[in-house]
Amino acid sequence: MKELLEGSMAVAEIVRLCKPGVISAYPITPQTHIVEELAQIVADGRLNAQFVNVESEHSAASVVLGAVATGVRAYTATSSQGLFYMAEVLYNIAGMRLPVIMTTAARAISAPINIWNDHQDVVSLRDSGWIQFHAEDIQEAMDLHLIAYRLGEDRSIMLPVMVCMDGFILTHGMETVDMPSQEQVDKFLSPYKAPYKLDVENPLTLGPLVDPEYYMEARFALNKTQEEALALIPKLTAEFAKVFGRTYNGLVEGYQLKDAEKVIVAMGSVCGTIKEVIDELRAKGKKVGLLKVTSLRPFPVNAIYDALKNIPKLAVIDRALSLGSFAPLSAEVKAVFFGKPKQPKNISSFVVGLGGRDITKDSIKEIFRLMNGKDKQAEFIDLKPELLKESYE
Amino acid sequence: MFGPLICKPGSSKSNKTGPWRTESRPKFLKKNCIACNMCVAACPESCISGQGKNTYEVDLAYCKGCGICAAVCPKKDIEMIKEEGAE
Repeated sequence: MKELLEGSMAVAEIVRLCKPGVISAYPITPQTHIVEELAQIVADGRLNAQFVNVESEHSAASVVLGAVATGVRAYTATSSQGLFYMAEVLYNIAGMRLPVIMTTAARAISAPINIWNDHQDVVSLRDSGWIQFHAEDIQEAMDLHLIAYRLGEDRSIMLPVMVCMDGFILTHGMETVDMPSQEQVDKFLSPYKAPYKLDVENPLTLGPLVDPEYYMEARFALNKTQEEALALIPKLTAEFAKVFGRTYNGLVEGYQLKDAEKVIVAMGSVCGTIKEVIDELRAKGKKVGLLKVTSLRPFPVNAIYDALKNIPKLAVIDRALSLGSFAPLSAEVKAVFFGKPKQPKNISSFVVGLGGRDITKDSIKEIFRLMNGKDKQAEFIDLKPELLKESYE
Repeated sequence: MFGPLICKPGSSKSNKTGPWRTESRPKFLKKNCIACNMCVAACPESCISGQGKNTYEVDLAYCKGCGICAAVCPKKDIEMIKEEGAE
């Protein structure tokens, strides 16, 4: 059914339809509306789940870890500092192969404290072992939760999945969305069956100490499973299309790539702005395009290579930094082409929209314009030089 | 793909700690033993067993050679001897 919903309400509703047995979260802007709504849904008896109020994000992550360890479907959500406070537990959830599903309202990191949107929080967690999806709009954010449960709980995968949606832009924006029925969701997503679980009748230890004789194999298997997820995601999105009628690639999405001479690579809600600019520039005969990366982890190396191998000029947009090095997404996109038979002539790297700085259509046009010159390395767009000073004397 | 993730109860049995022994091992003299069971209670590896006086033995597959049994024996009936090959 078509409904006009705030992003947070839409996600809360889709989580309700996925029927988690345990929800635990600690409020943090801009994630709060999601878990506030879920608490209301549970209190109203519209979802038979335990909503566990906790004193911190570290505890929220620990509660959902414990819940999934006992064989129950669980859900949590967080953002920014909260995500970092969870970090220790998040690595454990992935290492213990527990399919927790989490929404992350992507937000900047302190200091200076800033509650607005960029990708520094989620991108910093890219090595945690979690599968990481980035949504462009509210509908995609909803749909990725359904795919996330299917993927994470698949017996061959058993990994946690983080669905990243841009804070405020998607969590607080309104959009007309197609809300699936419970029957549709049930058809796509069966109840969670844990391959092993904590059970007093059949005791076992999860996450034991492993000495150097065992550790490497556990990490190798985790890494290998990320690769295997790359093959499974397109199969799940094809199945998704049959049930819900919306088609996603799940790994990357190309926009106007055929015959394109300049292409921007980006993640998240900025892709909507870029598509709009592309439409305007195409109307003037400019051959421009976009490659949206939906799955940051696993990183779709082959899909990116196939989509971009014949493009002469690339620009990678990062909304996060790896301080002291290349911008993170640009480094990985460049690595895709190293030693390959075909590669773009230029790959530039731009940093935009940190801490909620608006990325306007002019910002995107500026990037397309700067792609004419020499390669740029982590070039900041819309920077205000007048705010930069050498001393406070 | 999965790696080592879970373990079932009893896994400490498969972890043979005997090779940790580097210098000495206990020798049960079996002369003045009064079957007080102190050595059994004190052994951190639970690898000493016996039924009655002068019957106590150590399972060297698990004994780390810590010497606690010899130290707690009220009759000095356990002595630590040099591990074979130790300098």
